[in-house]
Amino acid sequence: MASINRHDDSRDQNGFGLSKDKPVLEVIGLTTQFRTQDGIVHAVNGVSFELREGEFLGVVGESGSGKSVSMMSLLKLIPMPPGEIVAGEVKFGGQDLLRISPSELRHVRGGEIGFIFQDPMTSLNPVIRIGKQITESLDLHTDLSKKESEARALELMELVGLPDAAQRLKSYPHELSGGMRQRIMIAMALACSPGMLIADEPTTALDVTIQAQIIELVKDLRQKLGTALIWITHDLGVVAGLADRVLVMYGGQIVEESPVKELYANPQHPYTQGLLESLPRADQKGEELNSIEGQPPSMYSAPTSCSFAPRCPFVFDRCREELPVLRLVAPDRKTACFYDMNNGEPFRD
Amino acid sequence: MTDTATELESLDTDREVLLSVKGLKKHFPIMKGVFRKQVGAVRAVDGVDFVIYKGETLGLVGESGSGKSTTGRVILQLDNATEGSVTFDGIELTQISSKDMRKLRRRMQMIFQDPHACLNPRMTVASIIGEPLVENSDMSKAERRSRIEELLQSVGLDPTHANRYPHEFSGGQRQRIGIARAIALHPEFIVCDEPIAALDVSIQAQVVNLLKKLQKELDLTYFFISHDLSMVRHIADRVAVMYLGHIVELAPVDVVYDDPKHPYTQALNSAVPVPDPLIEETRQRVILEGDVPSPANPPPGCVFSTRCPIATERCSSEVPEWRSLGNEHWVACHFAE
Repeated sequence: MASINRHDDSRDQNGFGLSKDKPVLEVIGLTTQFRTQDGIVHAVNGVSFELREGEFLGVVGESGSGKSVSMMSLLKLIPMPPGEIVAGEVKFGGQDLLRISPSELRHVRGGEIGFIFQDPMTSLNPVIRIGKQITESLDLHTDLSKKESEARALELMELVGLPDAAQRLKSYPHELSGGMRQRIMIAMALACSPGMLIADEPTTALDVTIQAQIIELVKDLRQKLGTALIWITHDLGVVAGLADRVLVMYGGQIVEESPVKELYANPQHPYTQGLLESLPRADQKGEELNSIEGQPPSMYSAPTSCSFAPRCPFVFDRCREELPVLRLVAPDRKTACFYDMNNGEPFRD
Repeated sequence: MTDTATELESLDTDREVLLSVKGLKKHFPIMKGVFRKQVGAVRAVDGVDFVIYKGETLGLVGESGSGKSTTGRVILQLDNATEGSVTFDGIELTQISSKDMRKLRRRMQMIFQDPHACLNPRMTVASIIGEPLVENSDMSKAERRSRIEELLQSVGLDPTHANRYPHEFSGGQRQRIGIARAIALHPEFIVCDEPIAALDVSIQAQVVNLLKKLQKELDLTYFFISHDLSMVRHIADRVAVMYLGHIVELAPVDVVYDDPKHPYTQALNSAVPVPDPLIEETRQRVILEGDVPSPANPPPGCVFSTRCPIATERCSSEVPEWRSLGNEHWVACHFAE
């Protein structure tokens, strides 16, 4: 267990809660495009954010908002070509991950940054036993002996709450249920005691009672390990119960950044507000839902003005002419909007 | 299974029953070996009873593999029932000829989950929506054209886009095309099979609002199948909860969400994350252990007994009766009261 607890220890040495504010990861101006037959898809347009020590960062957005592509770009996990990271810096552990050598990057992937994907069935190799798949990353990233890595695999299986661990290590992925496979994915991501994790819609393919099991597991692991985590999802409910802070993405940009409670209580971007209001609520049964009219933006041109403007109820001239950038509107809260939601008028600047 | 007398007792006699399902089963055979010998059966739907009143929305919720979609398909005779009866407006659907069923189809329609898969990519929107009109009515070309435009208008699409192909539309718009096709022949009853599951949150609300609007305007009855409990709560009048081929609870919508009696309904409710951090912070969850058993080999007794937090020995031997608790509240649990 000693290795699993590594980050708890380092947090203690840094000491006294200050470590919460030290970023584990800093992303500046990340821009990713895909060259397709129909033209260039501007999937991620200048995304900047930080992940703080021990933090649970939720990233929400609808399909095509760029949430997955931006997080996959951090480790160059997008198909290149057609994808291309045209600009940006990703600072992690004193390095810029976009500029390190392929062998260094391989060491970071799975070693220092763990990944959990949406569909464990497509990420696990169907013809290799579970145990072998877990020890594989240990063989790659650590110098544990065969015996030690087997013991570590067992320890991980128990950590993620899989009963009959020894038996399970001999199973093939198809012999396990969806929930168990997702637990295996989590075990694999944690295998090398990474400094941070990226989870891409890890519960979306699961049924709601199984999702609840995985959410409980993740909460439990966070308490034990304290690993910083980016959790990508389209489900505003899942994020509400888990995240410390949330990034809301729309049209390949971050439109709002906020601590979780403030975000839900008082959204600062019209898109966030629209999204929260379009959810059905128990006390408004039978009434018409507040939908956001219109469609998400086309990604075939780089945004030159606010990409939410065509659907925005607060739109005014400036929104159609100028591209809003994130501005600080309250402590630790940013919005990419020209309209001051709190005062009900455009910002004066 | 209940005898008809007790069932009628607890029915709301003020309302007209449009569709009635009794003892409905659908088993899919499992074949094995060179000679394709049947070695077992997947009991997708294993004896369900319910009625749908005219003009209401009956929601059907459950997890994947619980048999919700199969129930919807068997009701419309898209799959043949293994056992049991489905009566629509007094007509026994499991007995009638396929010719008579064809005539009935115009009165019963379906909206599918994936608007991309259920629209022919090589047909224009006009021909997709017009197809049922060609098959089932004697409209002239011009009449059809104007009906198609009227339909596009009523689902919120631009009638001038009638000659476009499905790929030129977004997911939400494609679902609107599927809805326009479904209402083309003035049906009375529509099975909506996960109609919003493939859509983004902001688009889901648009489609649900459209479905509600059409229900009011066209006096439609919906059977709304979904795994999204919060959306079903919004749209349904009554809700049935399905688990492993059985309906375990059926009640008016507020009862299912605020005062459920079946332990599975309770667990399902508590598993749904609430989009409010303050509620989530203090919420106590019932976390079910383990996974849903295989419908090819369901547990004896109560199907939920292997995961049920209050199960006793009785539950693993005795099948719980489908019984009424009064006020249109039905449950299949030994301990519900």
